Amino acid sequence: MSQVIVVTSGKGGVGKTTTTANIGVGLAMRGKSVVLIDTDTGLRNLDLLLGLENRIMYDLVDVTEGRVPYKKALVRHKKFETLFLLPTSQVKDKSSINPAQLIVLCNELRKEYDYIIIDCPAGIEQGFQTAIAAADTALVVTMPEISAVRDADKIIGELGRADKDNIKLIVNRIRPQMVEKGDMLDMNDINDILSISCIGQVPDDEMVVTATNKGEPVIVSGSSLAGKAYTNIVGRICGEEIPFMEFPKEGFFARLKRAFGM
Amino acid sequence: MLNILKSLFGGEKQSSRDIARDRLKVVLIHDHANITPEVMEHLREDIIQVISKYMIIDKNDMQVALENDENSVALVANIPVRKMKHFR
Repeated sequence: MSQVIVVTSGKGGVGKTTTTANIGVGLAMRGKSVVLIDTDTGLRNLDLLLGLENRIMYDLVDVTEGRVPYKKALVRHKKFETLFLLPTSQVKDKSSINPAQLIVLCNELRKEYDYIIIDCPAGIEQGFQTAIAAADTALVVTMPEISAVRDADKIIGELGRADKDNIKLIVNRIRPQMVEKGDMLDMNDINDILSISCIGQVPDDEMVVTATNKGEPVIVSGSSLAGKAYTNIVGRICGEEIPFMEFPKEGFFARLKRAFGM
Repeated sequence: MLNILKSLFGGEKQSSRDIARDRLKVVLIHDHANITPEVMEHLREDIIQVISKYMIIDKNDMQVALENDENSVALVANIPVRKMKHFR
């Protein structure tokens, strides 16, 4: 049974595209066949995170408008051969695709691939409505910051109105030291406020930046904290029970040093 | 010195995390209470229908509104009754 998952957030810059890229690669590393669809029309980025920016021939709008069959537009990943990208258009605007077209396309893709993951644009306008239309599951990405949590709440409301009941939360960019100091919300706080079950928490990790620079999602090396967090999320998507990771605690001496301003 | 000790042994009374949590809870209650005028109008019409089964009311003078308090929301309706309907 294939699954269509939309990755959404409301607020921009919380890590939707990074999450999409990592989950896609993670599923492909497990041998699943995956299509990633970038629906952020006009603001193409998923190709960069996957290192596929030089291989794009056609885009999503070419497919929905019937100029090429979808197979021609799919870009196969260099390293993970069961992973494909359907890039968005860099020239059209967000009204170029409508929900019905995306539903038709996803139904086609369901026949051949295990997972179809849709990277949603920020905001709650037409582009969002289109992106969520075909999804069985919605992953809402948020950050431990009040504006991001409020926007996630808004998105959860909108998903409810569209009868999307299978919603899971990902809390991205957690800074464990700040949480420990009492200066940042943690996963449980956000869970409690939004009343949506969490499928993962990802620490703020410099490795995400270096991975993005190289066009190779952080999950590939697997050694970083963020990479492990994404590996856990992928496991949970595949139905495994994986306990949430404990972030390394700041020791007494580090606290002592900080207290004395050293 | 006291501050240094406090930060060593577990922070102040109300941390910025607590403040964020409290502010979020309140702002979400208010966000959720914002329903569109259209929905409000449907609600008003439904209320009129139900109440009219039992009494004759003054539709023009009735008021239905959501009122926001510090940390709660109430649906407040003020419906002038002209006459009761009698059932046998």
